[in-house]
Amino acid sequence: MLAKRIIPCLDVKDGKTVKGVNFVNFRDAGDPVELGKQYSDQGADELVYLDITASHEGRKTFLDLVRNVAAHINIPFTVGGGINELNDVDKLLNAGADKVSINSAAIRNPNLIGEIAENFGSQVCVTAIDAACVNGKWICYLNGGRVPSDKELFSWAKEAENRGAGEILFTSMDHDGVKTGYANEALARLSDLLKIPVIASGGAGEKKHFKDVFQLGKADAALAAGVFHFGEININELKDYLRKEQLIVR
Amino acid sequence: MNIVIIEYNAGNIYSVVYALKRLGINPVVTADKAEILSADKIIFPGVGEAKTTMDYLKYHQLDQLLIHIKQPLLGICLGMQLMCKSSEEGNVDCLGIFDAPVLKFHPEKHEDKIPHMGWNTISNLKSNLYKNLTDNEFVYFVHSYYVPIIENTIAETNYIGNFSASLHKNNFYATQFHPEKSGKTGEKILKNFLEL
Repeated sequence: MLAKRIIPCLDVKDGKTVKGVNFVNFRDAGDPVELGKQYSDQGADELVYLDITASHEGRKTFLDLVRNVAAHINIPFTVGGGINELNDVDKLLNAGADKVSINSAAIRNPNLIGEIAENFGSQVCVTAIDAACVNGKWICYLNGGRVPSDKELFSWAKEAENRGAGEILFTSMDHDGVKTGYANEALARLSDLLKIPVIASGGAGEKKHFKDVFQLGKADAALAAGVFHFGEININELKDYLRKEQLIVR
Repeated sequence: MNIVIIEYNAGNIYSVVYALKRLGINPVVTADKAEILSADKIIFPGVGEAKTTMDYLKYHQLDQLLIHIKQPLLGICLGMQLMCKSSEEGNVDCLGIFDAPVLKFHPEKHEDKIPHMGWNTISNLKSNLYKNLTDNEFVYFVHSYYVPIIENTIAETNYIGNFSASLHKNNFYATQFHPEKSGKTGEKILKNFLEL
């Protein structure tokens, strides 16, 4: 049976891992390669490295870090942040990344999804969506949650799938950093709507939230940052817990 | 040990390079026929599309070279699929080392998402490639096409149905999953291949 995946996300700024609370206040959480290796040893199924300053300041992505991660870590990893064109993807894959995550660039230029899928395969193209619920409607945001777009979560996710996205990484900005659980209702709707895997992000605070996101939110994978970085949840223990709750984990 | 990784128009070759380096091996990445033929062991990795890749191999006459290799060769993912008889991906004739077709997954219910992506278990393990491994260890898969169970199957996985996670015939070995991305289990498998 295919396992539900646990994915620590490392937001990287100036070569260091940070974790935002509702995308604004950053706290330092350590060396990205060392941290990634630790998670891999603890039983993480994949890693995501996001260059969080990239789209904001137009900084080019962090190839050296990617090479370093690829050299030291033996599980798949996704990189994102500041990917605007095919050439950026090519460089990151050549540096050893397994997948790329595109967010703002996909909203600005939806053709990018298809171009990545055609050139490198759908499995490479994770489309990340940051959305917040405004008056009952899930609005997608650009630039790390700073700027609202004219896209709505469900129709945009479906469009991304049709264009060739391999996975959807949905972050609920309302839940991110708040630690009260994932946006399970929206996630379940998304999972029912899509034929590709859904990675849930935003809201993990305790072990039960992971059980809920898989059972209620129907997510294929759950991403979290702060609870792992600050040692509040150990991935090994989390998996023992999920196994006891009858979920299939590695 | 002289390990050659076949260089062709496929992605993810460097993941295999890094994985071997972690095991203390410095592989040679090359498409040079003499270098390939003088290797102790050969790895034929691959992420990509079957038809395009077969066309490339034929154009560079690597297809004939590959089927006549006498050293232990390990095909990974698309590499394994290209070692089969034919593929439904682009309806293309492949190398024919394994007498099996490569078929497209057909989902039976909404939860059967394609590609089969993530960690799944391997069981019914045979051959020294799986020395010191036990049934139901998890390895990492990413694929939309599969090889059915045949007499050369040396590991099975279940997704939608049972399929070949790994094949073996004479000096030819292959895995549908990515040992280079499969954590400690994958490392054991690569190490076993190096020790064959």
